Parts: sequence; C-alpha cells; structure tokens
Amino acid sequence: MMRFRKGDGERSGLFTRRALLLGGAQAVLLSALVGRLYQLQVVETQRFSTLAEENRINLRLLPPSRGLIFDRTGQPLAVNRNNFRVMVTSDRGRGAEVLVDRLDQIFNLGEAEKGRLVRELRRSRNAQPVVVRENLGWEEVARVEFNAPDLPGVFIDLGQTRDYPEGELMSHIVGYTGRVADEDLAGRDDPVLQLATMRFGKKGVERSLEDELRGRAGAVQVEVNAVGRVVRELDHTEGQPGSNALLTIDLELQRFVAERIKEHQSGSVVVMDVVTGDIIAMVSTPGFDPNAFARGITAAEWRDLLDSPERPLNNKAIGGVYPPGSTYKMVTALAALESKAIDPWTRLPCAGFLELGNIKFHCWLKGGHGSTNVSEAIAASCDCFFYEAARRAGIDKISDVAGRLGFGRISDLGLPGESAGIQPSRAWKQEKLGKSWQHGDTFNLGIGQGYMNATPLQLAIMTARIANGGYEVQPNLLLASATPREELAPPRPREKPSAPSMHLNPQNLAIVREGMFAVVNSSLGTANNLRIDAKGKLLEPQFRFAGKTGTAQVKRITERERDMGITQAMLPWHLRHHALFVCFGPYDKPRYACAVIIEHGMAGGATAGPIGRDVLVETIKRDPSRTTERFRKMASR
Amino acid sequence: MSLVVPNTGLALDAPAPIGLGEKIWRINWGLTLVLTAIAAIGVVALYSAAGGRFEPWAARHAVRYAAAFVIMLLVALTHPKVWLNLAWPIYILSLLLLVAVDVVGKIGMGAQRWLMVGPMQIQPSEIAKVAVILVLARYYHGLTKEQAGRMFYALPPLLVIMVPVALVMVQPDLGTAMMLLLGGAAMLFVAGVRFWMFFAAGIGAIGCLPLAWSFMHEYQRKRVLTFLDPESDPLGAGYHITQSKIAIGSGGLFGKGFLKGTQSALNFLPEKQTDFIFTTFVEEWGMAGALVLLGLFALVLLWGFSIALRSQHHFGRVMALGVTAMMFLYVFINTAMVMGLLPVVGVPLPLVSNGGTAMVSVMFACGLLIGVNVYRDTQLPWKR
Repeated sequence: MMRFRKGDGERSGLFTRRALLLGGAQAVLLSALVGRLYQLQVVETQRFSTLAEENRINLRLLPPSRGLIFDRTGQPLAVNRNNFRVMVTSDRGRGAEVLVDRLDQIFNLGEAEKGRLVRELRRSRNAQPVVVRENLGWEEVARVEFNAPDLPGVFIDLGQTRDYPEGELMSHIVGYTGRVADEDLAGRDDPVLQLATMRFGKKGVERSLEDELRGRAGAVQVEVNAVGRVVRELDHTEGQPGSNALLTIDLELQRFVAERIKEHQSGSVVVMDVVTGDIIAMVSTPGFDPNAFARGITAAEWRDLLDSPERPLNNKAIGGVYPPGSTYKMVTALAALESKAIDPWTRLPCAGFLELGNIKFHCWLKGGHGSTNVSEAIAASCDCFFYEAARRAGIDKISDVAGRLGFGRISDLGLPGESAGIQPSRAWKQEKLGKSWQHGDTFNLGIGQGYMNATPLQLAIMTARIANGGYEVQPNLLLASATPREELAPPRPREKPSAPSMHLNPQNLAIVREGMFAVVNSSLGTANNLRIDAKGKLLEPQFRFAGKTGTAQVKRITERERDMGITQAMLPWHLRHHALFVCFGPYDKPRYACAVIIEHGMAGGATAGPIGRDVLVETIKRDPSRTTERFRKMASR
Repeated sequence: MSLVVPNTGLALDAPAPIGLGEKIWRINWGLTLVLTAIAAIGVVALYSAAGGRFEPWAARHAVRYAAAFVIMLLVALTHPKVWLNLAWPIYILSLLLLVAVDVVGKIGMGAQRWLMVGPMQIQPSEIAKVAVILVLARYYHGLTKEQAGRMFYALPPLLVIMVPVALVMVQPDLGTAMMLLLGGAAMLFVAGVRFWMFFAAGIGAIGCLPLAWSFMHEYQRKRVLTFLDPESDPLGAGYHITQSKIAIGSGGLFGKGFLKGTQSALNFLPEKQTDFIFTTFVEEWGMAGALVLLGLFALVLLWGFSIALRSQHHFGRVMALGVTAMMFLYVFINTAMVMGLLPVVGVPLPLVSNGGTAMVSVMFACGLLIGVNVYRDTQLPWKR
C-alpha cells in the first residue's frame, strides 16, 4: 500500500529539531576553527613569522664520499681531496647584481663570469645554491668569512674533489669523473645525482664501477635563515660512502712498462695473468692528466687533447685496432691443425712467393724459406706456409678458431671505449661489403692482413688462451671490492683457470707453443736475439719464454718500391709499419702473457720484441699473482 | 495537516507538475554563485602554489569546475524519483569498485585509491560518499518516526555505512572512513535514531580503540602520535603539521600578499596543491582571506540546512542534510588538520584542492542538494 504524507508531520518535526541541533554543533565547531585561526594568526603570529623568516627548516642531501681505488698492492690510484667552494643563493635572483659585484671585489671574477652568476641565480628555483669558485685556498676562505656580513647568501661549502696521485700513468685505466650529464641519469633515479656538486664517472674504471663507487646520499636537516645561511644543524643522517676497489693492476709494474716504452711516440702494452685473466699492467701512450678533468678542464686544454694525432684520450690498449700481422699466424696454424688439413709433420714449400691466378703473394724473405713444418714456419714466420695452411683450413675454420680465441668481439673487461676489432668471415664480408669471400682474402687473413683488425687486448687474450692450455679466460680489472666497513683484501691466489675450455686439441696448442718458443730460442727464430738479456747474458731458465713477432702494414708496398729498395725508415712516421710482439712465460709453466704494439715502430722483432721481453721478465720477477702476502704486510703496517 | 483521500493514494493538495522554466527558476542561483566563488579562490591558490603559473594546476582546475558545474545543473534538474530508484544500484556499484580498487591496490603494492577507466582516474571512495547518502535517504524515506527510533531498524543503515568504511580502511584511507562514519551518523541522528544508541555506539567505539590501533599501519599510528605531540618529532611525521602551522601563523591578519608566500614557494610545505592548499592560500591572504573562505563555506551550509528544512518529502530532507554534513566534514576535517587540530588524514578542501574526482563528487552532491529545492514539493511514494 502506497502512502504519501501520513505520519510525515511527526518525523518532519523530529527532523527539524535534530537538524537545528546538528547545525548548532557545526556552528560551534566552525567557531572553534576561527578561534584556532585567531590563535595562530593573531596571538602567535610573531613567533611563527620569526620561524618562517629566520628559521626555515631545510633538508639538504649530502653527497656520499666516493669509493677509493687502489692497485693490487694497496697503493692509492684515486682518492678524495677536500675542496672548499664558495656558494651563493638568492631568492629568485633578488639583489643578484649587487651581490655579484661584491663577490667580484674579492675574487676578480671578470665580466663573463659575473654575467653567468647573475643568470644562474635568476634561474635557480627554490633558492638552490650556485657555485662561485672551487678549490679555494685558506686565505680566500678567510676573506669570505671576514666579509660575511656584507655577503648575504654567500657561504663556504666543504666538498670533495677527486685526486689521482699517479696522474697520467693510470689515466686510461682509472679514467676520471665529471659533472652529471643527462645521459648519465638514464635508468638511475638516485636523487643525489641532481646535486650540482655531484660528480659521475666518465672514463675508465670510474665509469665502469660508477654504481659501486658512488655510495648512498646522506641527508642533513638544517635551520636556515631567510638568506639561506645555515643557522643550526638539526639532524644528520650519514650516507653510505661508495665501495672501495682493488684493481688487478700492479702499480710498480705499470710504472716499469710506461718507463720502458717512453722512447716511442705512441704504443700500448697489455700484461695479463693467463690463469685468472687479471690485467697486471695496461699502458697506452701518450696518456693525459686526469687531475685536469677533476679540477675542471679548460676549453683550450680539451681542444689540444682532441686534436693530437697520437690520440692521448684514447686507450689504445683496448680501443686501438691494428692488423695483427704475423702474430695472427698462431690462429692460422691452430685452424689448420684442428681441421686436420695439416699435421705437425706436414712440410710446405716456400720459394719467396705464391701465385694465385696471376696475383703474386710474397713472403717477407725474398729467397724463400724452403720447406718447413708448422712449428718451424711459426719460428721463421714463413708467409708462404701460412698462405697454404689458410687455404687448406678454409675461411670458416679460421674465423671459428679466431672467435674462440677472442677476436672480433668485446671482452668481459667492462671498460668503456673497448673495440671489438674485425674478425672477417664470409657472412661479415657479405653483410659489410656486399661481396662474396675470395681465395685471396683467405691468403691475406692467413698472415693477419687484409680486413683483419684486432686490439692489443685481444692479442693478449689470444696469447693467454694458447699459453694456459686452452681455457677461455676473460680479462679482468677488479681484484676485490668492499664497502668501507668491510675488509678490502685480494682473494687467494689461484693456480688453475676457472674459465671453461675452448675445446681445442691440447696437442695442437702444444705444437703452437713450441713454435712460439722457437721464435725466441731457435736459430731460425725471427726474434732469437731476445734470449739474451740487456747485459748480453742468456736468460736464466725461469725467465725462458715464448713469443711471436708481427709487423703490420700501414701502407701497401708496391712492386716498384720493392725494386727501388725503399726501406721503412725512409717513409714518414705515419706511413711506417706497426711493430707487434706477443709473448708468454715462464715457458715451462705459463703464467703471464704480454702483447706489445708500437705504432709505426717498423719491425716487430726489433722494436716491440725487446720491450715485450723486458716487461715479461720483470713481471715474472715480481710475480704479481702472489701479491696477497705483500698486500697483507702493507696493510698490517 | 494535509488532507489525504483514502485508498486513492493521491493527495488533494498535490501541486500541479512544474514546467522546465519553473525548475530553472527554482535552482538556487545564489548558491551556485557562492560555489563558483570558492572554486575561483581555488584557482587563485593553485596559481600561487605553482609559483605564479596557470600550469600545471590552476588552468585545469578552472576547466574541471566548468565541466562539474554542468553536471551539477543536470543532476539538479533530474527528478528525485530517479535517485530514489538508482540509490541501491549506485551503492552496489560503488562497493564493487571499492573491492576492485582494493584488489588492484594489492597487486600494485601500497595504498592505491583510484582505478583507471580509459584515460580517467576515478576514486571509488568519492562515489561511495554520495552512494551512502542516497541509500540512507531512501531507507529513512520509507520509515515512520516510531520505526526510525527502534533499534532493529537502525541495524541495516549501520551495515550500509560500515561495509564501505571497512573497504576504504583496507586501502588504507582514514580520511574517507572518518567522513563516511561521521556523515552517516549525522544522517542517522536527524532521521530519528535515539540518543542513547549514539552514546552506546560511542562507548563501544572507545572500547574498540585498542583493536583499531592494532589494525592500523605504522604510518597511521605515527600520525596519531605526532598529532598528540607534534613537537616530539619536528623532522619526521610532525614536519608537515609544524610547517603548515608556521605558514599559517606567519600569514598574520592580512597575509604576505599574493604570490609572496615564502613557505610554500620554498617547498617547505608538503602537498601544497592538494591537502595543504588552505595553508598556501592563508599564508598569502591572512586571517582575512581565511574568514572569507570559511564564510563562503558557511553560506553553503546555511543554504543546505534551509533546503533540507523546506523539502516536503523525507527523502529530500535526509539527502539534503547528508550532503550538507558531507560538505561540513570536508571543510572541517581539512582545515582542522592543516591547523594542527586533527591528525593528518588526507582529506581535500572541496572545490579548492587540486583533484578531479573529488570535484565531480562534491558538485554532484551539490546538484542533489539543489535538486531537492527544485522538486521540494514533489510527492514521492513510500512503502509501509
């Protein structure tokens, strides 16, 4: 049954009474709000105005101190130095000109600098401080503090700058830091990166270990007055400093190497532990001064570095690509042996050249080597043998074996700027040049020329993998890392490689190693002068080593020049051959591999060989794989 | 006394149905003007909160208000019978959406309060506020005074309130839970639930406090504790309240002037465009500005009461009062919160804070309120 208004009068009366009661309650509560407003805005307004104008509570992020970098013996390579900076803040650029004029009287800023400061102050939102000067001396700090009353918004800030005690020596490995760039922020949402004073790894280990070295930001709650001067620190949350890192580099050996190749304009050396893959030394000359970047490099300095023909900013040990020349003959030999196209006793003839159709492929020895087997061919570096061996093995087998030895790909080293080089194959040539593979290409590849390109690091990796009995060791720069609260110590020395096997026949590797031994130690060897040390004595047994020379063509030698008897020394520097040498030792129990490239050094045996020999002997003497004990002694001191 | 012809179900003094022109005439245009003034203050405050720019909040706020204004007029012109029939469907829908948001929130981790419907973000808790008002009004529309006074009849509305309260507590959204609870209680009160039941409920609630405490999130407990003693933790959870009080207090009688607020400009204020917009406004306009704003809200409440009292049908009465109570709770909880009288629970200031769904739901509710005035002497059937 539907009703409309029966009984509505009753409930409407109740409703009215109660609604008025509710309205009254709301009125009371609203007046309470007004009372509160009165209390805050009239009674206590003085107190709150003071709090607002003079005691603003501000949260500031504290950049964490960056992790330190040491060599494997615990010597510092990158540390932090205190840096006093003058900072200035102003509220939306109010009074910026006057302030900057006064700063100019103290620091002689100059017109351009003054303009920049005024612009930055106007632009800066939320009274974010702007840097006036960095790396202040005590006297300048004192002058700012003395004039503090005339300089509202100006304050001294203690920050840290990176210091590289070894400078140029470690420049390519350690790298440097710089201002945070937009591309550095990709994938990182750490708020500390927004700070104007924060620095970010740009090159080398500083870059590759950036996320470990950076640490976590702390925060400080401060009371600041209206002009941004800190009145009082309320709360201080310590951040977490970045992790410290121990590199695999042996600083003293690195110094020895750098000293040894100083006489040459441009070159690089890589020394590697064949068991662990540790990079013991890695030098690329010339280097640069990373401290210039830390203190802020000038435009002129930057131009000089970029324009130099010797490319000092480029780490040529990992980023320079060269035809490997005869140092590649181990690859050809292994490919031929593995494919069973030849056996260790197969002898191939050499008459000084080989003909393919109407093209003559020359051997470096004019009269030819006669007939040689594979280890003799490596020792004497007979080109004809390897033309034929390459032809028999075929391009597919060669590029397969080369790939396993590390050519044509970027290693696990992790440093920025590493090049993959070029390991040509049928597919590569088809894709890059749109042409099919020719027999002549195989001939050229057999002696490491033609399209073939490799980095010094790749040559060291190849040598290490041959020396260690066929394990796929990867180069490695980080020996250990630890947060500041943990102990930083190198791991126990290792005697056996932990890397997987390359699945090459150990006997074939032994044949190649024999050939490399003969290079240095037999009468036919291209570098048999190296068995004698600097004092003219034969090397002692523990220093006996194996190696391979290489000379990489920069400019093709024409038939005419050959007939005219033009020698390399007559050519201008930039057209001369590159000199290469790879070696490993001790021969009986291989532990270290070394690759040397001297740009335009003309002949591998004569220029690069002695450097390789001296570096390897020094490495075996120091035996850095056993530095653990030495490190402990230093640490306990 | 009204005259009723028995068995026909038709009242003799029933007025003739009114035409569209009359309906439009009956819209409380004065009230809409007051609402627009409040929204305009919102635009001013948001412009200032963005450092003197229309982007990103002020311009959008104005556009949103214009759209919500049209919705309000459409709702106001809709016959109350429609709302009577839609009350339960809307309520059920809002519950389903609340469950959906809880489920999605679970998956998305943390407190999620909205759902994406196409490009639109909707907050089901806002719909729930309006839905509870509609259902309670409908329920009491069908009860006599005696029934409304009996305890048995108070149980269904209690359930109607507690189910969405439980669902928003899970999110967890303390502010909406508080509004539903207090707003519902206000409606039960005016509908005639006995005083002693409120006392009993109050005592029961106090008894349940320890239980509620054990269900609260750590951050909610912290808020309650810092509300009780804000100075104990001036840098942690008490930071918001302290900074807000500093900003309001430093505004003084006439404020620091338009765009001259230092506290909000220097980012000392948290959430300056949403929950703390009152602070931003009052810092720059002082107590004078605050009184104007609160006065405008008080006018809205007065209008609400007068509409409720003039309605000839119970549905309209209870609904109008529900809307008024919701409006009051919004304003009171928000301003009391930023002035340190209540814990920080996250309730926006209606029509001033930046935010879309709350704007639409408040204007929808105002539409219902005005609708009660437009159809004040319509006769609605009620079942016995």
